[in-house]
Amino acid sequence: MPTLDLSGRNYRDVPYEQKERLFEEVKADMRFDDYLHGCYDCGICVAACPSARFYDFSPRKIAQTVSREDVDLFYLFLNDSVWDCSQCFSCDVCPRKNSPGGLITLMREVAVKNGLASAQEALEGYGRVVYKIMATGTQVSPDMLQDNAFPDWGPHVKDISKNLETWRRALPPETLHTTETSWQVDDKTITELYLIWHMTGVMDMIKEVDEGLFMILQDVMEERLEEAGYDDISFD
Amino acid sequence: MIPHSAIFNQAKDRSFELDPAMAPNEDYHDILDRLEREGEWVVHRVPRPWVEEKNKYGRIKKIPVEKTWHHKSCGQCGHIPGYSTSVFWLNRKLGLDYLDPTDQTSCTAWNYYASATSNAAAQAAVAMRNFAAAYETGYFPIIHCATSFGHYKETREQLIHNPELRRQVREILGKLGKQLIMPEEIVHYSEWVHSVRERIAEKNVVDMSGLRATVHPACHYHKLIGEDAIYAPEVYGAQRSAIITGLLQALGMDVRDYSTWYDCCGFGFRHILVSRDFSRSFAVQRKIEVMKEEADPHVLITHDTGCVTTLDQSQFAAKAHGKNVGLPVMSDSQLAALSMGAHPYMVLQLHWHSTDVKPLLEKLGIDHKQKWAEFEAACAKLESGEKQYLTWEDAYA
Ligand code: SF4
Ligand code: SF4
Repeated sequence: MPTLDLSGRNYRDVPYEQKERLFEEVKADMRFDDYLHGCYDCGICVAACPSARFYDFSPRKIAQTVSREDVDLFYLFLNDSVWDCSQCFSCDVCPRKNSPGGLITLMREVAVKNGLASAQEALEGYGRVVYKIMATGTQVSPDMLQDNAFPDWGPHVKDISKNLETWRRALPPETLHTTETSWQVDDKTITELYLIWHMTGVMDMIKEVDEGLFMILQDVMEERLEEAGYDDISFD
Repeated sequence: MIPHSAIFNQAKDRSFELDPAMAPNEDYHDILDRLEREGEWVVHRVPRPWVEEKNKYGRIKKIPVEKTWHHKSCGQCGHIPGYSTSVFWLNRKLGLDYLDPTDQTSCTAWNYYASATSNAAAQAAVAMRNFAAAYETGYFPIIHCATSFGHYKETREQLIHNPELRRQVREILGKLGKQLIMPEEIVHYSEWVHSVRERIAEKNVVDMSGLRATVHPACHYHKLIGEDAIYAPEVYGAQRSAIITGLLQALGMDVRDYSTWYDCCGFGFRHILVSRDFSRSFAVQRKIEVMKEEADPHVLITHDTGCVTTLDQSQFAAKAHGKNVGLPVMSDSQLAALSMGAHPYMVLQLHWHSTDVKPLLEKLGIDHKQKWAEFEAACAKLESGEKQYLTWEDAYA
């Protein structure tokens, strides 16, 4: 198991003010006060945590660090730890009613919004999934089942991709005959989804971590919205 | 190896009373009603008839029997389509009215928990758009995916506690021509299966009583805002959530315990897509091998997109490493449908699963070779152009 370097030497050159700004961003999230009420340092969250068994990862250390406002250590975890979390929320068992997993969600959001290199690296190879969910309204579509994408899942993946179109038409529910989306989604529904992305600034986050993906999504969404009569909407 | 009997057969399942007076928080039903009276939102009431179950704190949770609006799951419909097909098949076989909508998006939470490329307002708006769409049809939302279920509970909590978030989301929905609608209960389909389990058992045509099974409950079902999960004195003495196990017991199956019941499956959201070494290791070492060694089950029954995916698909590569794997995995909906005589390929769609289910089907006296031949013959009609789609009538064959 690779060991986390907690010495701080990796981020010595990052100005303290920068680390503090990111920390304050996490604290400013409206969910922060629900997710952290101090920490007993009891380690119950670690006992329940799947990621702690396989990585040098600890929800206790993160809860302690954020509670004690150790900004340097926070920045280290923000870069080197948060992407190991499984977001299972087993740690919600916390006797102090914390949600270390929830804290990690907030930290990840701040890492993405600020375009940290570690966030970009963690999301490498993930762009196709983000594209699917944002552009089509469903996430892991049938056509993503390709044997080169899931070679470790077994030979049935190849059979599925070979027979995909027929096997989808063989599904009794009418909504499931699709291959590019998980089910048939109405045009109006997709338009509403794009309006939500627009009104909540989500595309600005995408721009920070993956400029290329942002541009593709922007084209797809602006065109669709224009067709639906929203010609004044721009994601720039 | 620690035999199952040595660890668990001694349990008498002493039952502790689920007393709402001991609950650590205010009842969310009261808060929803109060906010409705204050004009903050409209509460979508559970339609009659409903079944009254008890949640973790002993409060009544109403589970609708019919008039259900099926909030589908991307991972189930996309990669395990027999999962959702079985839910619909059960409704049809039980003669219950339901709606399979196209005005529905994913909850988008798989992506959110994997990449964090979203925020609280967007996530809440996506949830509330779906809830408003359900309300407009007169059908009540029932959620297929445990992560959608968990995320929607989380969203409800955030909206309850943050007036500013309510205002923001109400404004967004207003621009879409929709009202802010909050369902009286957030209902997972396994809860519906649980509440109609006696009806399922009455229509049982395949004897399940010779099967040993292990159960894996989804973290986002019973840990993430755990309050809503269903508990029952007759299942684990109300010390663990009752869903799945209650169904298997109603079907006369031998549900066997194992020491990592509480553990996650290892799905990890981002891990299953881009760091699968973690998911595989966890699923195999902490779940499958433990179950096999301690409980020797014929089948593993679980109830979520991520859990079925991870526990089923992780076993193939582990076999190459000599791991103790080879345990068929399916959802409670698939097992319930199988017990009522559903076709293993037309309805359960078991050819989308990785683990070998043929020995299990043989044990149940189901001629899988013939069933596969029937499925292939039906597909040949699609390929020749004789038919464009298979329909529910074909699935009853
Ligand atoms: S949410 Fe993250 S920190 Fe919490 S138990 Fe799961 S993996 Fe561990
Ligand atoms: S976050 Fe909670 S469970 Fe974890 S160490 Fe702190 S008090 Fe204990």
